[in-house]
Amino acid sequence: MSDVLAVADHRRGAVRDVSVEMVRAGRELAADLGGDLHLAVIAGDTDALAETLSLDGVDAIHTVEAGAEFNHDLYAGATAALFEELSPTALLMPNSVNGLDYAPAVANRLDLPLVADAVGLAYDGGLEATREMYASKVATTVELSEEPFAVTVRGGEWAAVEERADVPVEAFDYEFDESASGARVQGFEEVGAGDVDIADADFLVSVGRGIEEEENLELIEELVEATGATMSSSRPIVDNGWLPKNRQVGQSGKQVTPDVYLAIGISGAVQHVAGMKGAETIIAINTDPNAPIFDIADYGIVGDLFDVVPALIEQFE
Amino acid sequence: MKILVTVKEVAEAADDFEIDGTDIGEQYLEYDLNEWDDYAVEAAVQLSEAYDDVETVSVTIGPERSEETIRMALAKGVDRAVRVWDDDVAAAELDVAAKTRLLSAVIAEEEPDLVLTGVQAADDGFGATGVSLADDIGFDWAAVVNHLETEDDLSTAHVHRELEGGIEELTDVDLPAVLTIQTGLNEPRYASLRGIRAAQSKEIAEYGLDDLGLDADAVASPISRTAMYEPETESDATYFDGSAEEQAAQLADVLRNKGVVSE
Repeated sequence: MSDVLAVADHRRGAVRDVSVEMVRAGRELAADLGGDLHLAVIAGDTDALAETLSLDGVDAIHTVEAGAEFNHDLYAGATAALFEELSPTALLMPNSVNGLDYAPAVANRLDLPLVADAVGLAYDGGLEATREMYASKVATTVELSEEPFAVTVRGGEWAAVEERADVPVEAFDYEFDESASGARVQGFEEVGAGDVDIADADFLVSVGRGIEEEENLELIEELVEATGATMSSSRPIVDNGWLPKNRQVGQSGKQVTPDVYLAIGISGAVQHVAGMKGAETIIAINTDPNAPIFDIADYGIVGDLFDVVPALIEQFE
Repeated sequence: MKILVTVKEVAEAADDFEIDGTDIGEQYLEYDLNEWDDYAVEAAVQLSEAYDDVETVSVTIGPERSEETIRMALAKGVDRAVRVWDDDVAAAELDVAAKTRLLSAVIAEEEPDLVLTGVQAADDGFGATGVSLADDIGFDWAAVVNHLETEDDLSTAHVHRELEGGIEELTDVDLPAVLTIQTGLNEPRYASLRGIRAAQSKEIAEYGLDDLGLDADAVASPISRTAMYEPETESDATYFDGSAEEQAAQLADVLRNKGVVSE
């Protein structure tokens, strides 16, 4: 049998979206391989999580009762043990922050070739995975000449499986001594609380790396003032300390759904798009006509923000 | 104490480029220090400034050209550098496992107490080498670290891991450890003129597979790139043409029509 084992991602009692997307990636791959799709649920309230993940196309769910939350030593150890028990051909893990924290260790431990951050998977006698490179400017295909193999899948690339099914759940016995783990989770912290919640704004003027210098933010502030918008930004602006963390839109920042999202000098990296694609209308200003932001924009201006923004301010003064 | 920091020279593609075979044409690529590694270098240098007797060593897998990038790390305060390369490495398509084997061999030579890497490389974006390396050498680790404090006796690192959705995980990691560093952890310094001059005389040790006790099998990879293409544009955006003033006027009309700007 050429089975697929996928490891679900969850946090604070909730299954994360990437898990139900991975179910689709996994069941498509299992169909190509002619095997079953096994799902691993590690830590937390495994019964409740397994119930949520009882989805069409999943052949078996294996639960590992150990601890309340993610711990990479637990995940790496339990995944490797379950892999050895089931001997699947493909091991799927999420390319989430937690996936980044244990998937490479599992691949190393099991001596599996690892394809990270896959956005497409096909199997026809060998794995062919699609990945992106050079800040998503190009797509590549990579082929694997070895089996079994490990893949981490990017969130948002496969449609979530929603159809329910009655999937058998089996407890997998894995002993984990948390006190022996060299990494100990002490808690969680919400970041970015502040006077403004960009998630509530109807009109966001969002600024990115194209602004070049901190002084140039004044120009965007003028636009914000002239239009009554709320200012947000992509990651580099916050990394530079030019705006506080509560203004950051993206995977690791806030998810926003304004009526209008005006992206100025933002290229549209996948991590940023994950936070703003729910905007009703997306408008982009960028000098690079190939910037990925234009792929999701409703309106686009290919031009220099230092010419366009002053002209736009004039329109409202 | 010794801190090893991985430094990768990454390629960035020009706005307009052409694909040549399975890669972007060399003439459209510019090389630079990987952004994530810049933060890792800064973290290493800050620790060396905060504690006595800390040596910082950078390690790079890369061709001679990458010495320019390595000098940048040296100019920022890294004490010395190691560069791994030879004909077999050059001919290989290095996957995570191959990089892990090379870096593990360097670690065996250098015996650091702490290894810092960037979360990922800007060009291929695998984001896997640091954690794979940690597992291989038996160090503890933490991935996607955006806040770092250390106990005075350097026994433990208190880190924040940046999870999705504005949540940070607070974790304690025992040293020796590998930490993969997220952008925003600190403010990477610019190399001073003095630093740049000093960097010229700092040592860059060169290691080939032989020097590391490895052979060509160590860099053999079962993963090969078979195609590269520009993704079909999914854009159905309406573009505003004309001068900046004309573009701005059309954009202003849209904003008024959407009702988000009141006159």
